[in-house]
Amino acid sequence: MAPVDITIRRRPDLDGSLLGDTDPATQGGYPGHPPRMGFFTDTSVCIGCKACEVACKEWNAIPEDGLVFTGMSMDNSQGLGASTWRHVAFIEQRKPLAAQDPGVQPGGDFRWLMASDVCKHCTHAACLDVCPTGSLFRTEFGTVVVQEDICNGCGYCIPACPYGVIDQRKEDGRAWKCTLCYDRLSVGQEPACAKSCPTNSIQFGPLDELRERADARLAQLHEAGTTDAQLYGRDPNDGVGGDGAFFLLLDAPEVYGLPPDPVVTTRDLPSMWKHVAAAAVTLVGGALAAFAAERWIS
Amino acid sequence: MSEFQQLEHSSSDVTKDGLRGVRPDRDAPTGVATGRPGRLRTRQRDGAPTVPDAKFTSYYGMPVINSPVWSSPDIPGYLFLGGLAGAASLLGAGAQATGRPVLERVSKGGAFGAGVLSLVGLVHDLGRPSRFLHMLRMFKITSPMSVGSWLLSGYLPATGIAAASSLTGRAPKIGTMATAASALLGPAVASYTAALISDTAVPAWHDGYPEMPFVFVGSAAAAASGLGLLAAPLVDSGPARAMAMFGVGTELVSFQLMERRIGITAEPYSRGRGGAYVRAGKILSLLGLAGALLGRRSRGGSALSGAALLASSAATRWGIFHAGKQSANDPKYTVIPQRERIESRR
Repeated sequence: MAPVDITIRRRPDLDGSLLGDTDPATQGGYPGHPPRMGFFTDTSVCIGCKACEVACKEWNAIPEDGLVFTGMSMDNSQGLGASTWRHVAFIEQRKPLAAQDPGVQPGGDFRWLMASDVCKHCTHAACLDVCPTGSLFRTEFGTVVVQEDICNGCGYCIPACPYGVIDQRKEDGRAWKCTLCYDRLSVGQEPACAKSCPTNSIQFGPLDELRERADARLAQLHEAGTTDAQLYGRDPNDGVGGDGAFFLLLDAPEVYGLPPDPVVTTRDLPSMWKHVAAAAVTLVGGALAAFAAERWIS
Repeated sequence: MSEFQQLEHSSSDVTKDGLRGVRPDRDAPTGVATGRPGRLRTRQRDGAPTVPDAKFTSYYGMPVINSPVWSSPDIPGYLFLGGLAGAASLLGAGAQATGRPVLERVSKGGAFGAGVLSLVGLVHDLGRPSRFLHMLRMFKITSPMSVGSWLLSGYLPATGIAAASSLTGRAPKIGTMATAASALLGPAVASYTAALISDTAVPAWHDGYPEMPFVFVGSAAAAASGLGLLAAPLVDSGPARAMAMFGVGTELVSFQLMERRIGITAEPYSRGRGGAYVRAGKILSLLGLAGALLGRRSRGGSALSGAALLASSAATRWGIFHAGKQSANDPKYTVIPQRERIESRR
């Protein structure tokens, strides 16, 4: 076994910085870091080609994730997981396409929603908070990555993620997820999925710039009559402090399998610890009372 | 409110000759919608209800979050045995202080045995058990599993020394110091696992976080008292009987409060596999408590009630474990409360 590196680090986690709009890379210990990088996935121009899924698998050497017919429209990867780091969702709806003629049948409403889902690289990442080994870490780009040589497969990150992103690879035992192509970023390249996207539905860049671009695109769509269009994960004051990878959706988040109001579970952890302490004291009190009161019972 | 209205669209028609164009199970183009009658009505601006039944939308009925990969019996066993150990350490220390040698030996030995077994469950459940020591690379207050690993690495040696000293009669001074350390850390060992499961996105676990530690210490006290009743003679078992009252009372009351407060996410605690275990736990704890109080003149009756209390604690942990998985696997427990939260902010 490799020697165990014992480093006890203090993190400013429980001083209220689990909430709100913060700079994750600085919080993670990178004072002079590069700008926070992320994805803006504009689903209104996604054509469902799955080039992102393929490019991701090829670049990151991800094993096969099931060759099955799901009956879920054109979706055959079903959702994000240990071996699916980009997942393209397909939703068939009897709804009119805004300001366009679908040309399906006269008077018949039909639209096809497609969206490429990915790890959100949250500002306040529950997976990172609960990881007991330090395998999950914050990079200088503000992204969240698993160090596979450290992960011991405890599985805590998996139910902690409010989006259902990270999962355990059964035959391997460890947890895996999107790294936002940390290796490519480190040498100035864009992630494989964004590079391969033929319609620029997946846009990569500094988060500030992406947010500006997304706001402009949303205004454009609203003007064109697509009033359902909404940004998801854009708001730095949402339950996870905003996503590093955010989306433009054409319907409610849950239609795409996304949680409508995700909250980082560790937001409530200070209160959880207080309740645990109160319960521990109650147990001591109960035991003391049991020894004091036993003569009345026997 | 488009997400609700779209459910009304359909490819089928009602004609004089009956339904036409109905495709079984394929009539929900945007995924499966399951109703929850009564609540979450959507209303038009003028206040008239537009959708009588509660509906929610999901992506083909797929879960939103990924379900815990933790498996049974490792993890529910770890929750049960950790609780038993922590509370038994208190009972053992009290028995030593009040001169009840058999209860002392049983509780201290039981605490160490249960503590070691709980650690075995935890290590066995790891995807890479050989990397268990990576748990001690750092201390992270944001990770209840990290806190618990450090806690156990202090608690287990102390409890082992306390048990060895009391069973062999050697090194009584060191034994007493170890007993004190074990009794100090025991309550933390019995309660931190509540934060461990609540600090997830699993609806039934997370939403119940204020009451869960009290359910856990109640269940732990019931288990430790059960061990005392099972293995200690009648003259020694008075404190165990009293502790059974405390444990069962705390567990049942806090469980009830939790279920009432959290609303829809409490459903899995009364349904399916989780619900069956929880019900069994409640019945066994009441039977065990009744036996502990009524059977105090009977060695056999006491032992039987002790076994019932141990079984009740285990059943409760298995129930909470499975109910959590059920709540993770059904998107309604994720989507509906979040949707209600959004509506209430408007």
